[in-house]
This record gives sequence, C-alpha cells and structure tokens, in this order.
Amino acid sequence: MINLIVDNKPVVVKKGTTVLQAASSIGIEIPTLCHMKLEDMDIENKPGGCRVCVVEVMGRKNLAPACVTLATEGMEVKTHSIRVVNARRTVVELILSDHPADCLICAKSGNCELQDMAHHLGIREIHYKGEQSTYREDTSPAIIREINKCIMCRRCEMMCNEVQTVGVLSAVNRGFNAVVAPAFEMNLDHSVCTYCGQCVAVCPTGALTEVDQTGAVIRALSDPSKTVIVQTAPAVRAALGEEFHMEAGTLVTGKMAAALRRLGFNYVFDTDFAADLTIMEEGTELLGRLSAYMKGDKNVKLPILTSCCPAWVKFFEHQFPELKDIPSTARSPQQMFGAIAKTYFAEKLKLKREELVVVSIMPCVAKKYESSREEFSMNGNPDVDYALTTRELARLINLANIDFRTLPDENFDQPLGESSGAGVIFGTTGGVIEAAVRTAYEVFTGKPLPRLDFEELRGMDGLRKATIDFNGTPINIGIAHGLGNARKLLEEIKAGTSEFHAIEIMSCPGGCIGGGGQPYHHGDVEILKKRQRAIYSEDKNKKIRKSHENPYIKKLYEEFLGEPMSEKAHHLLHTKYFDRS
Amino acid sequence: MPKIKLAEKTIELIKEICASFDNKEGELINVLHQVQSKLGYLPAEVQEVIARELNMSVAKVYGVVTFYSFFTMKPQGEFPISICMGTACYVRGAEQVLSEFKRQLKIEVGQTTADGKFSLSSLRCVGACGLAPVVMVGEKVFGRVTSPQVLKIIEEYKEVNVEE
Repeated sequence: MINLIVDNKPVVVKKGTTVLQAASSIGIEIPTLCHMKLEDMDIENKPGGCRVCVVEVMGRKNLAPACVTLATEGMEVKTHSIRVVNARRTVVELILSDHPADCLICAKSGNCELQDMAHHLGIREIHYKGEQSTYREDTSPAIIREINKCIMCRRCEMMCNEVQTVGVLSAVNRGFNAVVAPAFEMNLDHSVCTYCGQCVAVCPTGALTEVDQTGAVIRALSDPSKTVIVQTAPAVRAALGEEFHMEAGTLVTGKMAAALRRLGFNYVFDTDFAADLTIMEEGTELLGRLSAYMKGDKNVKLPILTSCCPAWVKFFEHQFPELKDIPSTARSPQQMFGAIAKTYFAEKLKLKREELVVVSIMPCVAKKYESSREEFSMNGNPDVDYALTTRELARLINLANIDFRTLPDENFDQPLGESSGAGVIFGTTGGVIEAAVRTAYEVFTGKPLPRLDFEELRGMDGLRKATIDFNGTPINIGIAHGLGNARKLLEEIKAGTSEFHAIEIMSCPGGCIGGGGQPYHHGDVEILKKRQRAIYSEDKNKKIRKSHENPYIKKLYEEFLGEPMSEKAHHLLHTKYFDRS
Repeated sequence: MPKIKLAEKTIELIKEICASFDNKEGELINVLHQVQSKLGYLPAEVQEVIARELNMSVAKVYGVVTFYSFFTMKPQGEFPISICMGTACYVRGAEQVLSEFKRQLKIEVGQTTADGKFSLSSLRCVGACGLAPVVMVGEKVFGRVTSPQVLKIIEEYKEVNVEE
C-alpha cells in the first residue's frame, strides 16, 4: 500500500493507483477533459494530452497530469493550488483559442464537456489569438465530423480501435495540422466505419455528432398530405427520461407515447412489436438450422448469429465477408417494422406507401445508415423514412414545449403497438438471445418453459456463454457486446473452433442501452446498468412475455404473412448481406 | 477503400520486407523505411498492403506516415535532393543554399521537377555538422556547400542517366 497526502489529507491506495484515482477516493474531484474511464468495462482513455488535470506535486518542478501520474510513497499533492488553477485556466484558454466560438448553434451545446470546463473555470476572455484550424466538414449517412471542434482527446480513436477494433479513426499529421481522421483523410462513408456511434457517444465536444433529422420530421409532421407514424426502440424508454433530468433508469414508456402523440404523430407504435416479429422469423430460422444439424446435415451453417444490429452487420460485411452466410437473414426490428408498415398497415389505411411516413426513435446512429440502405426501399421510397436518436426526440419534445415530466402515461396504438416482454429486452446485451430462447424452446420441445428469466444470459461482461437445456438437447449460446468482443467469436468461427449453436452480437457496450444515440453518459457506467435494470423490470411487468404469444403477431401472420419464413415473410422480413471488403 | 492495384512484384516485395520484420506491428517504422527506400514513396495502395501484413488498421499506418516528415506519399525525383536545416547547417547558410536550389530547379520543397529528375526536401541533421551546410543527393553527401556550387551539383546529375 502507498501513503500519500492530497490537499493536506492522508490517503492510502494500492500500488498502481493514479493521483486522479487517489484524490477521487477521498472525494476530491480533479477536473479532466481527455480522460475517460468506463468502470468495470475495461475501457479507459488516458493519453495525458489535454493537461487539464495537472496538479502540483511537492518537490517536483513541473506540474503533473493526475490521470497518468502514479501515486508514490510520501507524495504530497495539491490539486487546486493557485499555481494549478492558473495553469488549468491557461490550458483551457489555449484549447479555446483554436476552437470555433459557435456554441449558440452547436449541436453539442449544453452537453459539451469543453463548454462546461470553460464555465467551471470561469473563463471570460481568451487572451491568446492565433491561427484557427480550418478542416472540411465530413457528412455521412449517420455521423457528422466537424474536426475544427476536435480537441484531440483521442477518446473516439480509443473506442474505434481498442473497443470496437474497427480501426477507422487515427490521429494523422503533425503539430497544428494533427487531426483524428480515417486513412488518407477519406470521408467516413468511404471507410470501413460501421456507424456504431461509440465515437459520438464519448466525444466531449461537438466534433462528432449524429446527422440531425429533426427538421425533416417536423416538415413531415406539418404536411397535411402525409400520414406520419412512429416506432420506438426498446432501449429508448429506459433512457429518454434522463434528457428531462429524471433519474437514470426511470421507465418513461407511457410518457414517451404521450409526448409523441402531442408532437402530432398520427399513430404511435412500438418497435418492440417488430422485435417479437423478429423472434418469430429468427427463431424459426434457428430451429430450422438446428434441426437440420441434428439430422446430420453437414452443410448447415452454425452457429447462427443475430442480425438486429446494423453496425454489426456492416462490421462483418467489411471485416468477415467470408462469414456473410452465417448470420440470420432476418432484418432488424426497425426494418421489419418499416416493411410491415408500408405494406400491411398502409393497405389497412388504404394509403399509398408514399403517403405514409415512417419515423423511428432509436438509441442508435447506425439506424440512420440502415434505413438508407437501398435494399430497404421500394421504387426509391424507403421503408423507414427517418431514424431519430433518443437525443433528437428529446430536442423535438423541448421544441414543442411539452412538459415531459408531468405527462400522463398513455398506451401505444394498435395493431403495431403490442409487444411481449421478450420484445422489450432486445434493448440490452443478452436480451435478443433470451427472447429467442423463450420462443425457440417452446416450439422445439412443444412444452411450456419451466421459467422465463434466464439469469445466465444476463449481465455486463463483454463475452458471456451459457448452455440451455432444450429438454435433453444442450444448446450452447454465446453473447458478445462491443465489436472487439464480437471479433473474438468470429475468429473462432473462422478457425472452426466455435462451440456455439447461436450467438448474439450487439455493437455497443451494454447493447442498445449504451447506443451511440442515447443521452450522453459522460463516462458513468452506472447509468448503463440502471437502464439495463429498467429494461428487465419492464419485461417482468408485462402480461405476455413470449413473442409467439403476442396476439397481434398471431393476427399479422393469419391476416397477411401466412407463417414464419413464408414466401411473403422472406420477401418483406429477410435480407441478404454484401461483401464490402 | 480503394482496391489494391499494385503490380504483383511490388506486393511480393512489400510482403518480403514485412516478413523480414516478423510482420510485427511494432516494426512499422522500420518497414516503412525499407519500403520507401525501395519504392521511393509510400502511396495509399502500398500502405494498405503494409497494414494488412502487419495486421493493423490502415488509418494507423497513414497516421505514422503523415507524422514523420521523412515519409512521403508523393513519388520522388530520380535524384532526391535534401538540404539539412539542422542548427549547424542553418547558421552556416543552409537557407541560402535551399533558396538557390529552389530558384535553379523552379520547384518548392516537397515538389518534383517536371522531367522527374529532381525532388527537393529539407531534413534535420544528418550527423555531419562538421561539414555544414550539408546537401544530400540520393545517398551522396556534399559538404560546405555554397550557393554558387548549387548549379554545379545540379549540372553534374543532369548528365547522369540512372538506367546505365
């Protein structure tokens, strides 16, 4: 153990503890900007680059960055001495001297860590006038890069390389010209970017943001010739409240439906309904492959991989194209919803598909890209017209002066608004496969499940595995969240050493609850855990908890689709993948 | 991502160089050095092969290439001319020598003459400070260069045909 003194208070810490952690352990918060640590997730960014966390170490000539300075025996640290405060203000002033002062119209204003820091340090004037970076803006289907707002904290680079192993972003060039960019400074849409949005989720400033589609949605809502319907993804209801200063993990399903109705959506539906539909298709596909495998068919592709996550789909299309026949062909819930809305539901309303506008509310920025994929459109009219993030929905609600906190709880509309608990848990890592197990088990064994909660599939570990007994047949299930973890399972499949029958993959740490379109967590993993608990509690409180028992799903098959994997279902609910390597 | 359009021979050469460093990511700078010395420059396609061989992202390779001024993505002249701008050379008039090269060749630093003969770059200290100011043409070192000597050096290489 190491004894040191921080701001005249004695502290005892383990060897290897940084000064930042040591101070934090006794309640002294040293301001940081580039540093970010997601506790329990093994995700940390500490390049020691921004110098905001500098502290005075007695006996040392220079100030030391607390995030990368290890505590040593007998060390005496001053975290907020006048010398430190002066240096900190200078550092932030220097950062601001090369930062556009357009806070008034910046997408990140109010959520910007640099803005907060300038405010915290009481900076009212920037004494340093010098050259300003002028780097072109890069717009892709999902993410906008405004590199002039980059402070080179390198968090995005860490997420993109170490956590997601996508490897699109790197620091390039030198000195004043240094920027974080894709190879050859190409635009994101030419790169292998998956649009997972984890770079956006951790960016402290407005350098990386989602493509804002609120304007387009407002125009659609104010167009009397359009019927505008909305679907809401499972993870949104567990996080939207945070944007209105509600405690993390507060479920706002009813208020969200009420708010959407007040915004003028003609029908308020639920992506959870489409999640149940996904289970019907994906579960049937899984059982089909499993039965063939059991009967000794050597050509059957196992394990089956889930295909709900668009960033994951793009990841394997770029990085593992040789495995593109392994994932389920089932479209994601968002796209299943869009396809059903623009056929089944449009027919019910006697509308042409062009007269119906489908808006999704997603915890995700990749969903914007997914909805723009050509195969998810007919004659140039997309199945899903606009995909807003949770944050964008909050902006719309604020814009319409809706007092979210006092809204009554309202229900979704029918027929695309009913869902089972299985549909709800799609929003967290482990949820899709648990939902699939609940249905596949009963179909496979012909017996009711003895229990509904599969604790062995839940949790936050990046890689998890469990064996579920299908009445004498052991089914090995793997779960990965974060694309770096997914890569490990894919390498096993490639090498022919995978032990699994089915694998669930979600790109974002935590699954959709930690999606790139969710309210900013600012490095606080507790928020993700609370959202996860909220999702499971919504499941627990549902009357129907298995997808195949959702009465509106049954009706949809009776009235329209026939049965799972039917020709019509294939046409509307399944897709194919492309080699993008 | 641009598809790789290099000659098979060039790809093999890059693979050999990477293999000679055990395809280790940590050897990237050495690999880049050797490949540039063989090919003269490091175009995008070359960086993609290196990234694949060393099992790292091409963005990281590009990051290193753009960080060090020694590496270049533009083809160099037959005779790359480098003028040392290190402290010793600088104080003994390297800047005047450099401007004389620019004037004679009608190019700026980082450019190549239209006939592809000469390219111009500046570098920092070649460790021959006793000979300051130092000019390198390819591997050959010229010491105590003065502005009037510049034209003579250029003329000397204009005669040479590299194919012979």
